[in-house]
Amino acid sequence: MKKNITIIATAMLFILLFIMAATIYNNKKDKALNNATLDNVEYIQRDYSPIMGPADAKVTIVEFFDPACGTCSAFYPFVKKLMKDNPGKVNLVLRYLPLHQHSDVIVSIFEAARLQNRFQETLERAYQTRDAWIEHHVSKPDKFWLQLGGLGLDMEKLNKDMQSTEIARRVKQDMQDAQQLNVNKTPGFFVNGKPLVHFGYQQLQQLVESEVAANY
Amino acid sequence: MIQDSIKTASQQGWGLIFICWLIAMAALFGSLFFSEVMGLKPCVLCWWQRIFIYPLAVLFLVALFPQKNKVDHSVVRYTLPLAVIGLGFAIYHYLVYSGFIPESLQPCSKDLSCAEINLELMGFVTIPMLSIFAYSAIIMLLLIYRKRFYQ
Repeated sequence: MKKNITIIATAMLFILLFIMAATIYNNKKDKALNNATLDNVEYIQRDYSPIMGPADAKVTIVEFFDPACGTCSAFYPFVKKLMKDNPGKVNLVLRYLPLHQHSDVIVSIFEAARLQNRFQETLERAYQTRDAWIEHHVSKPDKFWLQLGGLGLDMEKLNKDMQSTEIARRVKQDMQDAQQLNVNKTPGFFVNGKPLVHFGYQQLQQLVESEVAANY
Repeated sequence: MIQDSIKTASQQGWGLIFICWLIAMAALFGSLFFSEVMGLKPCVLCWWQRIFIYPLAVLFLVALFPQKNKVDHSVVRYTLPLAVIGLGFAIYHYLVYSGFIPESLQPCSKDLSCAEINLELMGFVTIPMLSIFAYSAIIMLLLIYRKRFYQ
């Protein structure tokens, strides 16, 4: 009997130690992350990035995203709802972090569509038709191309624009900035320059709400 | 007297297996800490070492609950092979780490190199070293156990 108690107590001690170590480590990391982001504030926003919502809003959500990322797709309606719930106060800056193979081509289609004022429509079409153009976590730009009907896009111009070096440069810059900011997963959120340290719907909502409360 | 000496012997055996279990548990929680808390992605060779240490944490635990008041003596039979194979992977990983086996010969994908050293505790203790230590300690304890109780 005594041995059984020893075993159970030891197992519990292991679990307790693990939880304690994890908590201490995460607290330290959070502090380091917050400080690092303060140092890197210039990397968070670039003036060429697409903006959704009111331009004069005082709360800006910056999202690093990959169109082939399922969580980004799941978060998109939620972020839109956050903007709707705080009318005129919140806008969204989208930045590219195409981590999936060939996603860089998909985002260059977005940028080309943006030149025709169809950015949001194209982005939403991409999220709606994910199953049609993502195979085994690899983006298939030619399959996405087939999904672009009915958006009023000049396809010939789109095809030409998406090859532009300026677009490639922007995507590269976004990816470099993400690296500077230690964003290595998508979606990566910043609200008024503050990183979303713990990932989740509720955490993002709280961060946005606290910024709205502080700025209005 | 005889009764007492048998009891002590079985208790000593229990202690040896208990230490084995402690090492396996430390390896289990330690490796989970590295990957899940610190976010160090395990490379292919790390996965192979995990495959052979994780069952040990369970097997030793099962052996520790005494049946008829003694440790399951056959524990060495079914844990020693796992530990020996695991040690093989750990040594191989260590050699890749320290450069004795060139990168190109080992089976890791480009983006997750097994040769890249991403953690050094106190400046020199690397993860494969910890792995080698854990596996060798378990093997030694099991061999001692076998010498004492398998006559």
